[in-house]
Amino acid sequence: MDIQRAITRPPKAHAPAGTHSSTDFGYLHSVESGAAVDGPGMRFVFFMAGCLFRCVYCHNPDTWKLHNGRKITLDDALAEVKPYAGFLRMAGGVTISGGEPLMQAPFVGEMFKHFKSELGLHTALDTQGYLHASVDDEWFDNVDLVLLDIKHSDPEVYQRLTAQPLQPTLDFAHRLQRLQKKMWLRYVLVPGWTDGHDDIARLADFVADLGSIIERVEVLPFHQMGTQKWAQLGMDYPLAGAPTPTPESTAEARSIFAERGLTVF
Amino acid sequence: MGILSQTIVPADAWAGFKGDKWRDAVDVRDFIQNNYKPYEADGAFLAGPTPRTLKVWETLGVLLAEERKKGVLDVSADRASTITAHDAGYIAKDIELIVGLQTDAPLKRAIMPNGGLRMVENGLEAFGFKLDPSVHEVWTKYRKSHNQGIFDVYSPEILAARKSGVITGLPDAYGRGRIIGDYRRVALYGTDALRAFRLKDFRAIENEVFNDDVMRLREEMSEQYRALDELKEMAAKYGYDISKPATNAREAIQWTYFAYLAAVKEQNGAAMSLGRVSTFLDIYIQRDIDAGVLTEEQAQELIDDMIIKLRIVRFLRTPEYDQLFSGDPTWVTESIGGVGEDGRPLVTKSSFRFLHTLYNLGPAPEPNLTVLWSTKLPEGFKNFCAKVSADTSAIQYENDDLMRPKWGDDYGIACCVSAMRIGKQMQFFGARSNLAKALLYAINGGVDEKSGAVVAKGFEPITADVLDYDEVMAKFDKMMDWLAKTYVKALNTVHYMHDKYAYERIEMALHDRDILRTMACGIAGLSVAADSLSAIKHAKVKVIRNEAGLAVDYKIEGTYPAYGNNDDSVDSIAVWLTETFMKKIAAQPYFYRNSMPTQSVLTITSNVVYGKKTGNTPDGRRAGEPFAPGANPMNGRDTKGFVAAGASVAKIPYDAALDGISWTASATPDSLGRTSEERAKNLANCLDAYTAAGGFHVNVNVFNRDTLVHAMEHPELYPQLTVRVSGYAVNFVKLTREQQLDVISRTFHSKM
Repeated sequence: MDIQRAITRPPKAHAPAGTHSSTDFGYLHSVESGAAVDGPGMRFVFFMAGCLFRCVYCHNPDTWKLHNGRKITLDDALAEVKPYAGFLRMAGGVTISGGEPLMQAPFVGEMFKHFKSELGLHTALDTQGYLHASVDDEWFDNVDLVLLDIKHSDPEVYQRLTAQPLQPTLDFAHRLQRLQKKMWLRYVLVPGWTDGHDDIARLADFVADLGSIIERVEVLPFHQMGTQKWAQLGMDYPLAGAPTPTPESTAEARSIFAERGLTVF
Repeated sequence: MGILSQTIVPADAWAGFKGDKWRDAVDVRDFIQNNYKPYEADGAFLAGPTPRTLKVWETLGVLLAEERKKGVLDVSADRASTITAHDAGYIAKDIELIVGLQTDAPLKRAIMPNGGLRMVENGLEAFGFKLDPSVHEVWTKYRKSHNQGIFDVYSPEILAARKSGVITGLPDAYGRGRIIGDYRRVALYGTDALRAFRLKDFRAIENEVFNDDVMRLREEMSEQYRALDELKEMAAKYGYDISKPATNAREAIQWTYFAYLAAVKEQNGAAMSLGRVSTFLDIYIQRDIDAGVLTEEQAQELIDDMIIKLRIVRFLRTPEYDQLFSGDPTWVTESIGGVGEDGRPLVTKSSFRFLHTLYNLGPAPEPNLTVLWSTKLPEGFKNFCAKVSADTSAIQYENDDLMRPKWGDDYGIACCVSAMRIGKQMQFFGARSNLAKALLYAINGGVDEKSGAVVAKGFEPITADVLDYDEVMAKFDKMMDWLAKTYVKALNTVHYMHDKYAYERIEMALHDRDILRTMACGIAGLSVAADSLSAIKHAKVKVIRNEAGLAVDYKIEGTYPAYGNNDDSVDSIAVWLTETFMKKIAAQPYFYRNSMPTQSVLTITSNVVYGKKTGNTPDGRRAGEPFAPGANPMNGRDTKGFVAAGASVAKIPYDAALDGISWTASATPDSLGRTSEERAKNLANCLDAYTAAGGFHVNVNVFNRDTLVHAMEHPELYPQLTVRVSGYAVNFVKLTREQQLDVISRTFHSKM
């Protein structure tokens, strides 16, 4: 795996945009309905624009830039979901993903608040947690479930992989433990990057220590479906042509979590 | 005591059964309501296949493989089929529990020239068989067919509309089908009682004025009780006396199946549906189990054996017909589940047993297993259905909560989505008219965009270079008037002649004397027409004309909202189209036999053929490109995922399409959840939510694109791969390559 190359020649990244602090409007990349993978049941998913991370294996690099998103108000957001509220109350709920939704935490917090109070929906936040310190505990009152993406357990590799430090994410996990917030832990398995046995075991120990708030661990095998998006954006894809995990290595990674009594998919 | 119970019933046939009404008059629903035992738990009780069952299925498997190779295994071309034309036939005589074949050998097809001799001759020729000269002579010299009668009547305009494809699929050269005999009656009462009852009906009108209607009815009733006698004779060839009611589970299944078998010996209908038999049969099965004379394994064996028979119902059809309908469908539709008017679910253990055949025998397109879904169904049944769907893709779902208020709780689905009260209602199947093409006719003043022929006379074309919404709508409105008028005239002709020359004697013998008839019209190209109008309204559509001045292509400037994204600005156009065309149909002056006009939004898989017959459309669809099936959004335009697509489809009002609205949805296993249980639960919740939103019908497919691609290259590895298309299921490997590619592209367009 050509890790070195990826570090020294990062994608033609644009400078990370700052976070967005308005509660009145936000930037939306896209919405999607009809899949049951981003939280329990069928989810209506908001992909918010903007992310501070520059993960080498990102499959949605088109969500990186905040202002590439469509500007929407809270009413717009509600209007997107409302036609499905009846469906979602029976079949699933709404998930806010990205990008990184915490880039627009005040606005996203308003979205959660109204999805909960006005529409009575199950809510999930899909995040890597890095920016959690910018919101207070009450912000999470309207979030039923957090899908926490921890990309690596080694701080140094984490930094190389994402261009950001690991510690805030670990702090966030402990904070969710304190808040007793239900959590699905997600781990993307990338050959040569995140499939080291000891690295996974270290993460599994950490996750197991979080206790009963962890409802499940999802090991997501890296796929090459993001390739086209990198090309469309005119960027070099660091993992172009990289192999996807074998079923055996995926099973092995899962077993490391399972050995610690965690429910793994 | 009524006429039936006084004279005929053996003492033990009805032992232990409750209720009175059904004893004195033919009333299967009353019998069911008084005697069925709802089952609210899960499928843990079910039994796997016995070695006997597997042996029968494997014996048949050899023949099925040969049939796949040849297209048609064998034909009895020596005689026209009737209920009694053939001797008994068997798959494996010594071990079959339920017996009866259409001819004297499995997969040997019969010929039924009453529908039309040409269809029979073309079918035979295509597969290398020869018609017996005497049959040819009879149907050319002495006996007129349905098909000949119709063409004696058709007007030049109907012929032109038929040729161009603005009206397509009319049952004018083949059996209309979509009639469900109440086959259960034979098990409950025996043929002699049914005959006596029909005779009573017959005598009740002997003092009326003998006008056309009364004379026709009396002639038909005479045919009906003769058909019941033939049914008895047919069963006798297999060693059974079905003149009396069935006395146990095995007999109840056998009697019911014999009655159905007589129908498929007599008629080559487009759809030959079974009805709603599982909960009825469960009463007999439960009685035997309670009496200790039947085990669960034996009960399942009986059902498995019956299903094996239903899987090999065959008709001789032409390759063109098979292309239109994707393979060789027979629509042996069995409706399962639903909820009673009293709120009790009509789910029994046999509802599970029927679905379980998809595991015991593997997936199959037939019988067309249709679950009548209600949010009030028991959880155990919901999850079981969803699991079977996720594992086999062989079930379709229809909204019982929508249909029950219209049709009660003893209706069944004929074909794909047509509800009818069993034994009390039938339909005059009307195929469909092509609204997308009609829109092009509005633009071209009735001139066909492909042939240049004038099809609709007396219309002026649009001459502007950019289409104006109001002008198009005004012209389209008038063109729909013309279409409805021409279409209903054709249908009246078709059904007048079908009654006259190809009457469904045994199926109608198993109906009440006085029934509701619907004139089941249909529309195709709903999403193409809606998107075209949306483009004209919301974007700028320029017309490109050929040298003759005919609009042959369109250039869209700007974007337009497409149907299938839960966007009212275009979904409302689809609703308007459906309601408007229904009104125009209903406004016609005459419907044969006082039939009630209805319509469906259903294309079966003829969406491919409709597409071929339709030129470039203002929505950007290219000439020849397939339409979306049924009420589906156009391929790739429903960009918001299937929940949004379903929400759009659910807006099409059932009241304006009482013959059903079809939607085919597909998901990859991964998108439904991580485990089998999770997928079942999620799918069941989706069905609940779609039903609650007023969605009428959904075909559920769960598979990966790779599987289909692999099956296309290696059909021999996937003999049973079943894919649900518009309203029914097909063997994927029997589709043409074009249809396979269509299924793949329409199924996996938005994301992988």
